[in-house]
Amino acid sequence: MAGGAMVKAEEVHKSFGRLEVLRGINLEVQPKEVMCVIGPSGSGKSTFLRCINHLEKIDAGRLYVDGELVGYQQRGNKLYELPDREVCRKRSEIGMVFQRFNLFPHMTALQNVAEAPLHVKGESRAAAEARARKLLERVGLADKVDVYPNQLSGGQQQRVAIARALAMQPKLMLFDEPTSALDPELVGEVLDAMRGLAEDGMTMIVVTHEMGFAREVGDTLVFMDGGVIVESGTPREVLANPRHERTKLFLSKVL
Amino acid sequence: MTEIASGPSSSRAGGRPEAIKAVPVRHYWRWVSGVIVLLIAFAAVDTVATAPQMHWQYVWQYLFGALILDGITLTLELTVAAMVIGIVLGVVLAVMRLSPNPVTSTISWFYIWFFRGTPVLVQIFFWFNLAIILPYLGVGIPFTHIGVSASTNKLITPVMAAILGLGLNEAAYMAEIVRAGIISVEHGQTEAAQALGMTRLQVTRRIVLPQAMRVILPPTGNETISMLKTTSLAFVASVPELFTRADQIASSTFEVVELLFVASIWYLFLTSILTAGQYYLERYFARGAQRELPPTPLQRFRRLLFTWHAAPPLPPDVMPSLGEHR
Ligand SMILES: Nc1ncnc2c1ncn2[C@@H]1O[C@H](COP(=O)(O)OP(=O)(O)O)[C@@H](O)[C@H]1O
Ligand SMILES: [Mg+2]
Repeated sequence: MAGGAMVKAEEVHKSFGRLEVLRGINLEVQPKEVMCVIGPSGSGKSTFLRCINHLEKIDAGRLYVDGELVGYQQRGNKLYELPDREVCRKRSEIGMVFQRFNLFPHMTALQNVAEAPLHVKGESRAAAEARARKLLERVGLADKVDVYPNQLSGGQQQRVAIARALAMQPKLMLFDEPTSALDPELVGEVLDAMRGLAEDGMTMIVVTHEMGFAREVGDTLVFMDGGVIVESGTPREVLANPRHERTKLFLSKVL
Repeated sequence: MTEIASGPSSSRAGGRPEAIKAVPVRHYWRWVSGVIVLLIAFAAVDTVATAPQMHWQYVWQYLFGALILDGITLTLELTVAAMVIGIVLGVVLAVMRLSPNPVTSTISWFYIWFFRGTPVLVQIFFWFNLAIILPYLGVGIPFTHIGVSASTNKLITPVMAAILGLGLNEAAYMAEIVRAGIISVEHGQTEAAQALGMTRLQVTRRIVLPQAMRVILPPTGNETISMLKTTSLAFVASVPELFTRADQIASSTFEVVELLFVASIWYLFLTSILTAGQYYLERYFARGAQRELPPTPLQRFRRLLFTWHAAPPLPPDVMPSLGEHR
């Protein structure tokens, strides 16, 4: 039904009360693809990512991750809501990185990264901590293992957050404006970590305003506005020759 | 930079200007008002201490009497038991209250409404007198004769009545304290934990509650201190705790005020110990939230002694810019 796509959205709708935030999203993300999403504030980018990760329920349409329906189970012609346990299991296979990092402040960097493998996957402490150390080393924080988040810079915190998401060995990574809360000189180190991930073949959806990153690392670029996808294509095409007025207007403001 | 180093104001080779040595501002009125307050306090203490009918020798005599010491043991036991019930049940009630399930949140709402809305004295008295309306208590399958039961008087001893009355009442207050703590944790924390695949229970237990502790602990300390004194209400159930014992001795010797002093000295001593204990607990749960832990009472006392005039010095390893406290 969803072919080999990692993510497939068909006419996805989502409302908060009267406010219709997603008004028919259609897209496909192939395995190992890096899709960058741009668009003005309030256009529904975060909401769409949250739907993929079961943090919101969609109202209409179909959303698939790795061929499986998100949030529901189809038996015959009927849809059944997923039980909590299944939702948790599916979330554990998708990594998410937030604009505001959301590290657990009462845990050291190592504890943050080892938390989910230990308590969600039930790995042994030795195994979880060994991999946590490796992941922190990979994002360049081998010397910050035992440090609490508030003693780290924003860029370092976000790299711990990336390591924390990777610790669950996800098949898909979602980034919601991962560099928007950072001082300009710290943006590069986070983008470098993400670039490394992309090179290793991770499937990623990245909401970002970093056009340089989108151009270099992104396989596709999607422009969202008013709850729909206005335009999509390779980053070079969209950035160099936007076809829609709204895309042109938005790009003229951010570039 | 080099101009400054070679400037006339710096006398040392390293280029760092000399540390400022200024005459501190003198606070004369602090001294004057301090002396006045001391005088008033001294007069008040002196009036009581030299009261003609006040027999201080009885105070010292009963202070470490066996009956009083037994009473203290029971007071402490009541405090611990009631607080354990209050905290455990309070956490459960708070989590229930915030649950998306309307049945559990309504049960919790109703419990808090009822137990907060009736006086704790009445509740203790109620448990104490339960046997009057229910001579036997038991559990069994409704509408059958299968089950076990026992005499209410055997099950609910006076001590039990006091523990139930105090503990169940405390749970209602603790529930509100815990709820305030849980709400104070930023929603992004829950979201991040959920995104990792944690269940609701795991999110609460491992992520939210530990962070809520910082908000929960200070009022819980207050509640414990308050509970230590409220146990004196067990008096109505004839539980021989500290106050009941003092009252019993007083009614046989007629040294009423002396025994009130004995009880008060002990309550003050015990609450002081609890206050210090609370300090160390709060320090523990502040880890990760503050860059520098607040000083212990002992450290503060030392600092006060050695820096009577000047501002407290910064610890050597902390840069001024990192000294922000939240
Ligand atoms: N939980 C929510 N309840 C109500 N409205 C929401 C909620 N989350 C988002 N919205 C609204 O949905 C719209 C889209 O939000 P969002 O997806 O965060 O946009 P973006 O990430 O593109 O800036 C905004 O108008 C926002 O106010
Ligand atoms: Mg957003």
